[in-house]
Amino acid sequence: MKIHEFQAKEIFRRHGIHVPRGSLARTPEEAREAALALPGDGWVVKAQILAGGRGKAGGILLASTPDEVESHARRLLGAPLVTSQTGPRGRPVRAVLVEERVDVIQEIYAGVTVDRSEGRAVLLVSSAGGMEVEEVARSHPQSLFREKLESDGTLHPFQARRVTFAMGVPKEALPEMQGVLQHLCRLFYEEDCSLAEINPLIIAGDGRVLALDAKINFEDNAAFRHPDWESMKDPDEEDPLEREASRHGLNYIKLDGNIGCLVNGAGLAMATMDMIKVVGGEPANFLDVGGGASEEAVSHAFRILLSDPKVKVVLINIFGGIMRCDVIARGVVRAAAELGMEVPMVVRLEGTNAEEGRRLLADSGLRLIVAEGMREAAQRAVELGGR
Amino acid sequence: MAILVDRDTRVVVQGITGKEGSFHARQCLQYGTRIVAGVTPGKGGRVQDGVPVFHTVGEARRETEANCSLIFVPPPFAADAILEAIDEGIQLIICITEGIPVRDMIRVREALNRSESRLIGPNCPGVITPGQCKVGIMPGAIHRPGHVGVLSRSGTLTYEAVDQLSRRGIGQSTCIGIGGDPIVGSTFLDLLPLFEKDPETHVVVLIGEIGGTAEEEAAVYIRERFRKPVVAFIAGQTAPPGRRMGHAGAIISGGQGTAQEKIRVLEEAGVMVAPSPAEIGQTVERALREVAGES
Repeated sequence: MKIHEFQAKEIFRRHGIHVPRGSLARTPEEAREAALALPGDGWVVKAQILAGGRGKAGGILLASTPDEVESHARRLLGAPLVTSQTGPRGRPVRAVLVEERVDVIQEIYAGVTVDRSEGRAVLLVSSAGGMEVEEVARSHPQSLFREKLESDGTLHPFQARRVTFAMGVPKEALPEMQGVLQHLCRLFYEEDCSLAEINPLIIAGDGRVLALDAKINFEDNAAFRHPDWESMKDPDEEDPLEREASRHGLNYIKLDGNIGCLVNGAGLAMATMDMIKVVGGEPANFLDVGGGASEEAVSHAFRILLSDPKVKVVLINIFGGIMRCDVIARGVVRAAAELGMEVPMVVRLEGTNAEEGRRLLADSGLRLIVAEGMREAAQRAVELGGR
Repeated sequence: MAILVDRDTRVVVQGITGKEGSFHARQCLQYGTRIVAGVTPGKGGRVQDGVPVFHTVGEARRETEANCSLIFVPPPFAADAILEAIDEGIQLIICITEGIPVRDMIRVREALNRSESRLIGPNCPGVITPGQCKVGIMPGAIHRPGHVGVLSRSGTLTYEAVDQLSRRGIGQSTCIGIGGDPIVGSTFLDLLPLFEKDPETHVVVLIGEIGGTAEEEAAVYIRERFRKPVVAFIAGQTAPPGRRMGHAGAIISGGQGTAQEKIRVLEEAGVMVAPSPAEIGQTVERALREVAGES
């Protein structure tokens, strides 16, 4: 789960990481007031969307007068922002963060993430602040420092010293910089993050150490420990069908094609999408109804698939293991009848009681094609208008 | 032979009285697995499907000499259940539970590093040595004994691959689902050496997916050390970056973990990569013919 910069900065403050003074505005007028309430004579207006690449895309603007703050806010709030990470349609900007402008003496990158092969969290720090960390890792691997966290989220003082000295942080800023790195690691652990990133972390002209930007991704599996996450979700940022799917415990991701897929198991669902591509079609979605594929899950999944107007044909690929194929076939027939299917359907059932399942489908009187094997199923779907 | 589990494996099921646990314990028993004990804290003393239930793994191990644990405990408590099994010195721990937070798995990995235990999973279908022992939730009937070792990050896609093999009359030595989470107990890299040493395994099928670098690490090992033919399939060639495809581990981020890159390094290591999920069976058939041709 991703959260906005302004939300991440609130969490930073709670964990003792300083951020520039600022406030959130949802209208140009609010943005102007926010600027007037801040000391100094320069401001930054930052579009709040759940995607990176805002700076290059014109989503972060500098202003020297409150009038300018207001006009920048008007521009940002008026149109979707397209960045390298949003896709061509961009994301609507519902709010801007208005902050004091600060002089930057030094900037660095600091991020905590999980190193999968090592099975632990790592702090990554680089003197190339402001750049994308992947880019730094590729182009300047020698400037990227790694420190492994203890399993309780501790970054030892000696580790913080090691990286800050390596980074050439001036003496006056050392203690605070080391503190920030330790706080960031603590935050990553306590808030169950999959990513906690400050890019850039700066030393300001007045000596303050500040997180100019803040990025936090929460680890979805830990939601049971954090009931407050629910209130941080931005409904505007979620696809309504994806939201509906997750309410029913389904994994659904909308894509751009026209073959609606309903599959049990994430790996098989991905493989089904691949198969469709191999035979020249485009999947409309990723949809995993769960390895067990209960009748209820199949029925909800159907409804979600058919709400996508782009779907011209539905491809069902179920490998029935413990859940028998005849049970799944009954679920498919019932759901299709209830929903009054108008698009054709290709069904591929394999596994326990597959033959009986296929017979039930063939005798159902529904407009469907029973296919054998993944390739045939995908081919039939493409023939039926899934091009 | 085969690896990890066989007809002598003595299994304790943690979470045996729950809905999933009781159902699958029964399925495993029917397959012929020696389930010698169950554990549910607070429900010790009862007998379920002929299996004695204990409060703790320690009691279960002492009373029954269990050497393998199968875990169905819900996500908030699953890591603790794994830690208990590790602490009691259970050699092989197979965790089916889906949705364990990464933070908890970091703790588990640390405990594993200090122990002699091996963990398979979490978020996996388990392990089966066809005809001998099934410790997991996979449908037993699609498997048949033979000489192909299967390693996979997925569940139903593994069934698909196994089914393609069995239909061609190609049996399996042992099939292992390593799990779809970012941090798992055993990786491809940890398990390939066991297949290398197992004389019953002639060919290995590796089923990977987008995200992480497990396949890339396996490719390095295969190129340098592994002498048996390997067939692979990587799911998610059409997955968009930045979106989690069901499994917590299946996400392309920062340009890393793409299927294209994994396929490239595997092919460079001499692995035969099936061009589509429908062609896993025939690719293995080809690999087996090559083995037969050499000997």
